[in-house]
Amino acid sequence: MNGQASFMPVVLWTDALVFLLVAALAVFAWTCWRSAHLRQGWGWVAASGAGMGSAVVLALFVAVGLLDSLHFRPALDKPGEGGKVAYSVDVLSVLDLLVAPLREQRERTYSAPLAAVAFQKETIERPDGAQARAFPRLRHGGAHLADPEAGRVADIARRTAAGLLAGVLGAVLCCALVLAVIARHRRVAWRAALVQVWRGEPAGPDWRAFLLTASVLLVLAAPVVVLSAHYHVLGTSKIGQSVLYLSLKSIRTSLVIGTLTTLVLLPFAVLLGIAAGYFKGWVDDLIQYVYTTLESIPSVLLIAAGVLLIQVYMETRPGLFETSAQRADFRLLMLCLILGLANWTGLCRLLRGEALKLRELEYVQAAHAFGVSHWRIIVRHLAPNMLHIVLISAVMGFSGLVLAEAVLSYVGVGVDPSMISFGTMINDARLEMAREPMVWWSLASAFGFMLALVLAANLFADAVRDAFDPRTTVRRIGFRVGPVRTAPAPGTAP
Amino acid sequence: MIAYLLRRLLYAIPILVGVNLLTFALFFMVNTPDDMARMQLGVKRVTPEAIEDWKRERGYDRPLFVNASAEGVDRVTDTVFFDKSVRLFVFDFGFSDDGRDIGREIRERMGPSLAIALPVFVLGLLAYVCAALLLVFFRQTALDLAGVVLCVVLMSVSAMFYIIGGQYLVSKAWRLAPISGFAEGGAMVPFLLLPVVIGVVAGLGSSTRWYRTIFLDEMGREYVRTARAKGLSELRVLFGHVLRNAMIPILTGVVVVIPSLFLGSLLFESFFGIPGLGSYTIDAINAQDFAVVRAMVFLGSVLYIVGLVLTDLSYAWVDPRVKFA
Repeated sequence: MNGQASFMPVVLWTDALVFLLVAALAVFAWTCWRSAHLRQGWGWVAASGAGMGSAVVLALFVAVGLLDSLHFRPALDKPGEGGKVAYSVDVLSVLDLLVAPLREQRERTYSAPLAAVAFQKETIERPDGAQARAFPRLRHGGAHLADPEAGRVADIARRTAAGLLAGVLGAVLCCALVLAVIARHRRVAWRAALVQVWRGEPAGPDWRAFLLTASVLLVLAAPVVVLSAHYHVLGTSKIGQSVLYLSLKSIRTSLVIGTLTTLVLLPFAVLLGIAAGYFKGWVDDLIQYVYTTLESIPSVLLIAAGVLLIQVYMETRPGLFETSAQRADFRLLMLCLILGLANWTGLCRLLRGEALKLRELEYVQAAHAFGVSHWRIIVRHLAPNMLHIVLISAVMGFSGLVLAEAVLSYVGVGVDPSMISFGTMINDARLEMAREPMVWWSLASAFGFMLALVLAANLFADAVRDAFDPRTTVRRIGFRVGPVRTAPAPGTAP
Repeated sequence: MIAYLLRRLLYAIPILVGVNLLTFALFFMVNTPDDMARMQLGVKRVTPEAIEDWKRERGYDRPLFVNASAEGVDRVTDTVFFDKSVRLFVFDFGFSDDGRDIGREIRERMGPSLAIALPVFVLGLLAYVCAALLLVFFRQTALDLAGVVLCVVLMSVSAMFYIIGGQYLVSKAWRLAPISGFAEGGAMVPFLLLPVVIGVVAGLGSSTRWYRTIFLDEMGREYVRTARAKGLSELRVLFGHVLRNAMIPILTGVVVVIPSLFLGSLLFESFFGIPGLGSYTIDAINAQDFAVVRAMVFLGSVLYIVGLVLTDLSYAWVDPRVKFA
């Protein structure tokens, strides 16, 4: 290896922004920890069962996405010119390494979930030289079986049972571990801790929802892991890639679009919104004019126009990118940028309204009278009081963006066709709708994963809104102090 | 009233000018006509002559803003900007890049688009408001909770899933309606059934939840308590008072989209093979026909602005307190 690394790290544009976002979130978390009312808000999120459960699911998706954001190019086995290590043009991620069997065990074309033979009959040459039309065996799916027709169902059942058992054991272990930590923290016996957690006492984070969600995920995931060693659990795609692998890779694309778009639109919306509401006059007129103009263009058309232009820009400049991954990544980044530019107006309008209201309040007037500069008033008095609006609209917008990606990719103005995403999965599978029998597994997996992600995001967004929206929190404080789980109504308890 | 309307219409002019300038900048200044020609003719093997021919046929060979070689008024009018952008103001859309009259296409395709968008809009509005009123009537019961959970699940499902699932179930498995296609006149009805039903169902989750929030906001008001104190039945309160007062927030969201119904839906028209403006736009996007996309952007913003003016007028209609100074 000549002392050189066996891989070359690659930082794609979106990777850099993703990690910038992670850093920003870390700073935000630290700010929340220090500020009493923000900490209380997150406390309420954690105290709601839906909030805690969806946060666990989202955390899993985010973990997959982050692992998929650490890219590198592996070294080729044979050295290039001058004895230097040559690197592959394939850009891989850490996730690819972790699920290497899924990525490498490719079939020739479609195969149904858990199948041992291909989806279509082919002409096979028998050992005795005769030719016959039959379903050929798959290269990897069920390859360990001597006779797929006889042994497959029993084998799958056995492996599923083993997986379920492992999942249940894992879940029990995980629950025991968390309970032990809670018991130690609260200085009670772990039995008492179990009873407390189950009843949701004392008020605080909803550990029951946490443990239930984590257990369900473990029990579901373990059989998949066990089975995927010998089968394609969700089948294979047209070019024989494992659909499970495609689904896992799509997660990053969705997350990047959902989060980076928000990162792009925040500066526009916040700066312009506050400026319009605070300064009023011609600044307000100008900013209102800009966003009314942008808003009046139907957003799909605006996005389509933007993406078409980027497409022309990239097509007429080949050689701009070293690898196809970098090319696809650039297009993804541009898509986020365009989505951000098409979407900032709504938040800007909200913030302008809030700034108009806040600037007339007495404490801002007092700051004026003391001669505090505009900038300091905005930073110290206005911005912190608008944080909840930004936060709520960022989490509420996420799920819409994930859904929009699929539609845009279908229309042809989404991500690069070579980039794995839910949209491209659906788009490829749609063409096979007419086939008899139907190739349903790609569609089902894409929609299933999307539903899990979007549903979790929606539930989490609702929890965040309930916790931070003053209209709901006032009600909450009015009735009771602190987060308390509502007691079950008499008669409904089991 | 007339004066107010005039002022609103005058205010629309700078916005349309802005849209026009923005689209012009996007389509002609980010990428030059040369880039477009190279894209259309294939990037690899393309000669400068072919590019010039392509541009001349479509009128992109002139200068952008000022034509120094022309005389008099032609200095300004014989330019790409005047020909491709200023003419949009009189709805002269010109010709698409494959040489067809865009204006005629738009007029022909508006009908099919409306045939699907209008029923979806009307039936959807009725269904969502009714569902939301039902949930509000049974608020804080198990039915309300189940309804809200169902709404969140429904709104988390991709619209494409409703379409593909509906096509599979209704058309392929049960054979109740044609899977896609379109016909003129009364024969179109069977083709519209499936897209309209799916269109309504696809919006059920998010819209019902939105109306429910609006109604619940109104339920907390003082006048509701007064109405109850007068001894009105819950149904009278709901329909006579809450629904009336919730009209303003409802209209804000609803009226503005009415003119845009002409544009149809990209997704539905393409999946169901309906020859409307939505599928026209998709085809243009896939063929990278910039002239059509430009025309649709302008048309879309005109319709949006009409929607804004209509919204203001509708306020006066439902709320006698609103006066236009």
